[in-house]
Amino acid sequence: MQSFVKHTGVVAAMDRSNVDTDQIIPKQFLKRIERTGFGEFLFFDWRFHPDGTTNEDFELNRPRFKDASILVARENFGNGSSREHAVWALDDYGFRCVIAESFADIFYNNCSKNGVLPVVLSKDAVNRIHQSVAAEEGYQLTVDLEKLTVSDSDSLSETFEIDSFRRQCFLEGLDHIALTLQHADKIDAYEQSLKSV
Amino acid sequence: MIASAPRTMFEKIWDQHVVHQEPQKQTMLYIDLHLIHEVTSPQAFEGLRLAGRKVRRPERTVATEDHNVPTSDRHLPIADPISRQQIQTLRNNCKEFGIRLYDLDNVKQGIVHVIGPELGLTQPGMTIVCGDSHTATHGAFGSLAVGIGTSEVEHVLATQTLLQTRPKTFEARFNGTLAPGVTSKDLILYLIGEIGTAGGTGYVLEYTGSAIEALSMEQRMTICNMSIEGGARAGMIAPDQKTFDYLRGREFAPKDFEAAVANWKTLSSDDGAKYDRVEIFDAADIAPQVTWGTNPGQVARVDSNVPDPAAMSDASERKSAELALEYMQLKAGQSIESIEINRVFIGSCTNSRIEDLREAAAVVKGKKVADSVHGMVVPGSGVVKKQAEEEGLDAIFQEAGFEWRDAGCSMCLAMNPDKLEPGQRCASTSNRNFEGRQGRGGLTHLVSPAMAAAAAVKGHFVDIRNW
Repeated sequence: MQSFVKHTGVVAAMDRSNVDTDQIIPKQFLKRIERTGFGEFLFFDWRFHPDGTTNEDFELNRPRFKDASILVARENFGNGSSREHAVWALDDYGFRCVIAESFADIFYNNCSKNGVLPVVLSKDAVNRIHQSVAAEEGYQLTVDLEKLTVSDSDSLSETFEIDSFRRQCFLEGLDHIALTLQHADKIDAYEQSLKSV
Repeated sequence: MIASAPRTMFEKIWDQHVVHQEPQKQTMLYIDLHLIHEVTSPQAFEGLRLAGRKVRRPERTVATEDHNVPTSDRHLPIADPISRQQIQTLRNNCKEFGIRLYDLDNVKQGIVHVIGPELGLTQPGMTIVCGDSHTATHGAFGSLAVGIGTSEVEHVLATQTLLQTRPKTFEARFNGTLAPGVTSKDLILYLIGEIGTAGGTGYVLEYTGSAIEALSMEQRMTICNMSIEGGARAGMIAPDQKTFDYLRGREFAPKDFEAAVANWKTLSSDDGAKYDRVEIFDAADIAPQVTWGTNPGQVARVDSNVPDPAAMSDASERKSAELALEYMQLKAGQSIESIEINRVFIGSCTNSRIEDLREAAAVVKGKKVADSVHGMVVPGSGVVKKQAEEEGLDAIFQEAGFEWRDAGCSMCLAMNPDKLEPGQRCASTSNRNFEGRQGRGGLTHLVSPAMAAAAAVKGHFVDIRNW
């Protein structure tokens, strides 16, 4: 997994709640058997009209968000389907971090397997970020996982929480399976106990 | 005295499956049953191959083909080459890693959450995972069943364990009894309307109370299935005599069945067990439900009107409602019964079992689907299809003008050719009314099988209680 320590980047704002994984990566792209190359399909049905032309009204199509690497939304981001393709698409498109008031559980887990950092901030903090993005083209945030802070070059400085195990995995880019297999003896013992029942 | 403290069913199952726990870390849980399908597994197997890893316990993983398979012309090769490749990849992976697969040629093939219980694979007290968010379905048997992503599928294949953060517990108690015509689908839609689509986030739901106890196993599955639509990764119902009777004699039910039952009887939450959150409802308050928006929490009684966003005090809720009404081409204040539909889908892991088909068939028997409506019935498995045909349900549906299809996920997520055209409006027994879920530009209203059947006949929503 790619590591995440500290990242500074342009913020793209999606002023919506309940952005579901069907929108993040529509079903027609789930037939692929690869793990890569999903970025071009991110938010496909919102980014493009049915005739294939670009939907200029959609947030991410604004030229000012072209180089964005941090996405800020509202509540319950990533609800719905368990499709990890949603995270692969965000990652491949260039997002390293998503900030929201809350996340759906499976999406949050999927982010933590792919080095895309989900950051939960308060409603007030998310509001401030939306206002700053609206006010300033090229608005940037710095997300620091060692210090657990989100800050801008002005006065914004917010702290966030993440469980210590996930944090360590993000910081070091650890492979969860390899970590678990370090405890193979305990799995063996558990399976032995099943047989003796 | 911690050892004797009363525990919830969730806590008992969790505690029994802990393989390893270090302070401040996620819990390593043993997984009894792993279900896989063609869409969320190929990258997991590829990951195993790249790392040179094996499947630790192939006998604990079972595969089926469901999400993207055609539901007609099964004698022909799959027309879409990308779908065909994905199915072939699953077949190759199952062969390479020694995993049992129910493929399209097998009568036992079907939607993963229909065949698990049908085969008796799903049992009380188990931990069950699948790369699909509707895995919560299996919790109807008193198991802890959660949906996972592809990286977690790979983790389970390699280790037979999953790293989990211990969720909180949420009791949703339904006292009283459901009124005639009101189904378990209405109950779960009502609950999601009450708590919101994120109301269960971070929790495992346990459904309790007399209204739940009165339900059949299939009705219970419908409720647990949609736990994820309320944000909860798992939903559970305590096993009882109905659970044991359902499982007895099924192919993979325990050999020593009575010993298993004795054990299963100890799973129910203890008297005095504490939940982190409790909500109590009166089942008699629940009317047939119809969703009007683009998430399952945007739902109303059939005998009411589309709500007015302007009357919503929460800014975020108001904005969501405005966007939803615009997408759904509905007007605030119009009556739910005035909404005209032109497609009907009866199927999905929520409502495609034999009782669902009986419920819908009873409504349409001797009647005709409205001229303006295209109706489709997709059984949840080959076994359900066969049973329905033995009971003559296929004839009832076809005489009414419905299409009678082969088993699969079909137009619940529209990965296969079954989909809505832009602007088509569908009464659907599935679980998600997200934008474009059933086809780009398609407009989905979630309802019970009986409500979908009645809408098919009338061409608009009607209150099934007056049918």
